[in-house]
Amino acid sequence: MSATIINLPDQSTARIPKTNFLTKENGLLSWLLTGDHKRIGILYLISITFFFFIGGALAGLIRLELLTPQSDLMATDTYNKVFTMHGVVMIFLFLVPSVPATLGNFFIPMMIGAKDLALPKLNLLSWYLYVIGGILVIYTMVAGGVDTGWTFTTPLSTHYVNTNVMSTGLAVFIAGFSSIFTGLNFIVTLHKMRCPGMTWFRLPLFCWAHYAASILMVLGTPVLAIAIVLVALERTVGIGVFDPTKGGDPLLFQHLFWFYSHPAVYIMILPGMGVISEVISTFSRKRVFGYTAVAFSSVAIAVFGFFVWAHHMFIMGISNYAVLVFSLLTMLVAVPSAIKIFNWTFTLYKGSITFETPMLYAFGFMGLFTIGGMTGVFLGTSGTDIHLTETYFIVAHFHFVMVGGMLMAFLAGIHFWWPKMTGRMYPEKISQMAAVITFVGFNLTFFPQFILGTLGMPRRYASYPAEFQVLNVFSTAGATILGVGYLMPVLYLVWSLKYGAIAGNNPWQATGLEWQTQSPPLTENFTELPIMDHEAYDYEWLEQQQAKEVASAR
Amino acid sequence: MAETHEEHPSYQRHHFESVEQQKDAANFAMWLFLVTEVMFFGGLFTAYLIYRNWYYAAFVAASHQLNVFWGTLNTVVLILSSFTMAMGVWCSETRRRRGLVLCLSLTVALGMCFLGIKSIEYHEKWEKHHIPGDHYSLQSFLNPASDAEVYSEYHDKPLPLDMARHTEIYFSLYFVMTGMHALHMIIGIGILVFMIFRAQAGAYTSGHATYVENFGFYWHFVDLIWIYLFALLYLISRHQ
Repeated sequence: MSATIINLPDQSTARIPKTNFLTKENGLLSWLLTGDHKRIGILYLISITFFFFIGGALAGLIRLELLTPQSDLMATDTYNKVFTMHGVVMIFLFLVPSVPATLGNFFIPMMIGAKDLALPKLNLLSWYLYVIGGILVIYTMVAGGVDTGWTFTTPLSTHYVNTNVMSTGLAVFIAGFSSIFTGLNFIVTLHKMRCPGMTWFRLPLFCWAHYAASILMVLGTPVLAIAIVLVALERTVGIGVFDPTKGGDPLLFQHLFWFYSHPAVYIMILPGMGVISEVISTFSRKRVFGYTAVAFSSVAIAVFGFFVWAHHMFIMGISNYAVLVFSLLTMLVAVPSAIKIFNWTFTLYKGSITFETPMLYAFGFMGLFTIGGMTGVFLGTSGTDIHLTETYFIVAHFHFVMVGGMLMAFLAGIHFWWPKMTGRMYPEKISQMAAVITFVGFNLTFFPQFILGTLGMPRRYASYPAEFQVLNVFSTAGATILGVGYLMPVLYLVWSLKYGAIAGNNPWQATGLEWQTQSPPLTENFTELPIMDHEAYDYEWLEQQQAKEVASAR
Repeated sequence: MAETHEEHPSYQRHHFESVEQQKDAANFAMWLFLVTEVMFFGGLFTAYLIYRNWYYAAFVAASHQLNVFWGTLNTVVLILSSFTMAMGVWCSETRRRRGLVLCLSLTVALGMCFLGIKSIEYHEKWEKHHIPGDHYSLQSFLNPASDAEVYSEYHDKPLPLDMARHTEIYFSLYFVMTGMHALHMIIGIGILVFMIFRAQAGAYTSGHATYVENFGFYWHFVDLIWIYLFALLYLISRHQ
């Protein structure tokens, strides 16, 4: 662990550059009316962190209730509301915007050598829509919550529950448009704003991953929007599109909902995979193995991702032939995901690996995502799915992918680009510790849930048979450790804003264009229009560049 | 830096390298936005397709309740408005300020005309209790002869109760689809009014027509949706 690539400027003389995007303008209004993608990224970072901790607190309540077999901490219908709000907050207000709206917003223009996203006003609008969606969710919680599960299953959501379905639906609808606009902005930016020499196959893989995720946002989210409109109209006016008593079909809602919500899991994971590609390459000092394959595997995930949605419906009475086809297509998605994992592994092979915090999180991602992805294959197989669906096996599976995968990737990315965003380093030792604590806490929380699921413990109940208690106690104990693991970065990252070491332009010796400019960057990102004259992840180019600078300094 | 800045026309945003880039980006964004709209309406068209297959007799009978005269008139109104919009784009490109204001105003008038006719149709449905919900009535389908006007044209046979109830699905989809379309029209008219004020100040006739062009795409797209709605809701069952 002694080897490191961190290369900081001489701390006695180094200063944060006086002019940068943070100091350019001051005052609250200069933030609230900004068009600067970097400032909007920071606004997003603050707001999604806020909602992450609300969602996390709700998760804490769930785990606390499940400490004992009886339902004793809260009434059973309160429990229903708690897990529903946990799902809504975490999915729509944290996971979907997490990496794209913060790191993507901040770094895509910098990576492609542009001054900003193509549509800065739309970018700001998307943040406001997100905030309005967030406020509506908070209103829902204050007004008494909603208990349909995050899936708004009809006819439960349209006929049988009397909770705040409307305000939650409106919140998801509005937050959905925020996501559409972010995706649209990224696609236009990546097509039209690349600097001279930045060809498609010189783009960092982070950009490819975001491009694929953006396609999903743009094509999938409107379908969720119309499904929610129909649910709202069914609740208020009483139209019968999903109402079996009038000849409507609740399964149609499932189809429309999962047509978005399955691709949505790729919206959540793909940007994380982009982060991992950057981190793995930087900390093993090698070009990502099979760059083209990794780039196209992102697009392949986006394309296949649209044709697997009915695997959420195997037990809902769709035809056996549909089950067969969707089961097969589900297996196919595993292929591009595996391509990524194998290529990252080959990137590590004979690389000069160092173990800075982002790399630790990236290793966590690779292990946990692989387990999460493989168990997804169990669930895509219709026979095992019938046994495992609606049990804790599913809960464990998607938490391995979303928390073990996406959240690890998010933290990897935050640590990796923190020096660029703030100009200061986070404290290395304590953050390495936080990464390890998160990994241990995560496994302790969610691994027992795989076993609980195979034993048959159903999800979404406040009570369970006494024989499951031991594993549930493990899980709750793990959740407390996980909580510590997530609180630590907040504390030391805030601390580092004032006391962290000055990072300089390129503390990691990374090759991306974003590292070739000052930290924190200028509002215009670059002093002059960059020209891309080398391939992505070209560490020899970086060495030559640095040699030239040393020579000219002499 | 300051010198290069002065070479730029005033409408070029600072983060673009050239006017062409700005124009390309805006056009591309608009096309992408229209793709999201296709997906949005696509959900409804899917629902229509499925239920039409399942409840064919109900969909035919319910479709006969729509007034083809008003529907055709509205189609003509809307195509005319597309023409005035296209003329507006031409005026903007050839820098005719008064022509642009006139074209946009005509487009607003035709759009309002469309909504007016639509509300006449909605009112008809209201009177016949064909609006889904608690007051929905099956009278016209269980006893078609009671509805003299429609009966004289189509001579529909009475539907069995079970099938007749499914006409409510048809009208649910009718109102959601035309309602969503009307909502797009209303938003469009709002933007048009805003554009008229800007156009009077000469905003789109100084060589920068992108905004008008892109709004034109939106307006034509909304028209196109109507063409599909007209065919699928009004015309498709005329001869059954």
